[in-house]
Amino acid sequence: MPPIIQVKNLSKNFKEIKAVNDLSFTVPAGQVYGFLGQNGAGKSTTIRMLLTLITPTSGSIEIFGMDLFHHRKEILRQTGAIIEKPDLYKYLTALENLRLFASMSGIKPTEKKLMDQLAMVGLAERAKSKIKTYSQGMKQRLGIATALVHDPKLIILDEPTNGLDPQGIADVRKLIIHLSRDLGKTLVISSHMLGEMELIADSMLIISSGKKVVEGRCEDLLNPDKVQVEIQTDDKEKTIGIIRETKWGNSLIPVTNGMVLLEMKKAQIPELNRWLTEKGVNIFSLRPKHSLEDFFLSLTKN
Amino acid sequence: MFQLLKIELYKIFKRPRTFIAFAVITAIILLIQVALKFGGEEYVGIMMSGVNSAFEAPTHEILNGYFACFMILNLLLVHVPILVALVAGDMISGEANMGTLRLLVSKPISRTELLMVKFTAACIYTLLLLLWVAILSLFFSMFLFGTNQIFVPREDQANIIATSDIMWRYAAAFVFAGIGLITVGSLSFMLSAFADNSIGPIVATVCVIIVFTILTQMEIPFYNSIKPYLFTRHMLGWKGFFYVKGVDGVTENGSVENLPGIIRSALVLLAYSVLFLSAAIWYFKRKNILT
Repeated sequence: MPPIIQVKNLSKNFKEIKAVNDLSFTVPAGQVYGFLGQNGAGKSTTIRMLLTLITPTSGSIEIFGMDLFHHRKEILRQTGAIIEKPDLYKYLTALENLRLFASMSGIKPTEKKLMDQLAMVGLAERAKSKIKTYSQGMKQRLGIATALVHDPKLIILDEPTNGLDPQGIADVRKLIIHLSRDLGKTLVISSHMLGEMELIADSMLIISSGKKVVEGRCEDLLNPDKVQVEIQTDDKEKTIGIIRETKWGNSLIPVTNGMVLLEMKKAQIPELNRWLTEKGVNIFSLRPKHSLEDFFLSLTKN
Repeated sequence: MFQLLKIELYKIFKRPRTFIAFAVITAIILLIQVALKFGGEEYVGIMMSGVNSAFEAPTHEILNGYFACFMILNLLLVHVPILVALVAGDMISGEANMGTLRLLVSKPISRTELLMVKFTAACIYTLLLLLWVAILSLFFSMFLFGTNQIFVPREDQANIIATSDIMWRYAAAFVFAGIGLITVGSLSFMLSAFADNSIGPIVATVCVIIVFTILTQMEIPFYNSIKPYLFTRHMLGWKGFFYVKGVDGVTENGSVENLPGIIRSALVLLAYSVLFLSAAIWYFKRKNILT
């Protein structure tokens, strides 16, 4: 399947500042593509160039196999986006905002379709409230609804979980997975929430100072051999004592909360689980912890 | 395009701010009409005292609906541009300020289309505001004060226009005023394309109007050479429809003293509008949307 987005040697200079520097990447069709980088790395500038908000200094962007600047309308008709915090018309209701943005994308959805869209992001009950009465999280969810209202093939979400509470974050995660897995949409998501990205991204691009650091499938990029494992048991001290007697004894990482943390090979996790159970430790949870975070920090710390 | 225009008009008329201008216009016109109703004869007496009295007319004949409208337009058409700037100056910068501009620009509409639609919506708002001025100042004044021939005061004389010769002059004057207000709207709109907040373009438009009006009125020879280029000077061209030709004090019906001058002023105003709109499109097409 041809890639949905193909960016080649993209650069953007703001006077002397090189916000994006010779960046090339490819977004495969039907995937959730994570776009990561520190603040000021050039993520938003790149996303704005993908949406024609900013003109590149040099380089090319092809979306759906077409040059973005020659086929802008055709491409944007099939693209939905939220850019940073989605500000909408505060003096209009959610329903009115949604109808307005649908019209701007060239469609006239029925009220039922609009209500379904609002229900999908949990805002059906507040459909007729003005946006000025909405919390940041609600605005964020409505922003996602406006990005989806014209049923685009490509969805670009810049920090989609900004301002959301944990339940909201989980809902957005479910929605993204649904859009990708069930509806076959391609999603480009820029986020600082590495734990969340690790759960949903198929591929990722990490940039730093406007340049590509690494790009590829998550399973290839994240080191499968070394992960941090967080264990919650009924007796932390007993668990640490048992682990000290094993080959993982030197891998324990001191932490002050009720968890036990150690670094180990991913493949050995079942073995550790069995060992602790045999020793009479009641395990409440055992999970690899933020390996993407370590990977990201190791790549971008310099 | 029509769908987009409907959206823009919907947005304009859903904002409470839009109706401030209509409320202000209503309040000012009603205040003037009340003042003329209860103290109009005294006012007319003072005003006519400077006119070389080749004619004798009772004050109650001079103070009629047509005259009231002429007085209101004289007082008001300097200030209506400020109300036009309130909306036109907010058309693009207001979207940037709200954060909705990036959503609009990332939709499948060209930037030129977006600006043309927004400009058209601003023009429609301006013309509706002017229509409201016309309804209140002309028709409501006719209702309050009745109709009669109109005395148009000039420096040391007055033109007298017969009742049957008035309405077309008002229609033409309002069309001309519309062209003038659209020029102000275009200036405000252009400044709005350059800015990322609404206050700047609105204040800047008002400042330009104030400075240009002062320069227009200043009788200093140094500034005379630039006066023909000040659009505010041409905005006063609507009065020309009430300056008539006459022989031996008898007005020639249907005549206009300086029609070529009025047409020239209208063309200058239209040229300014095109210039301001073109500059806005040229800049906006190249603008990086960062807000």
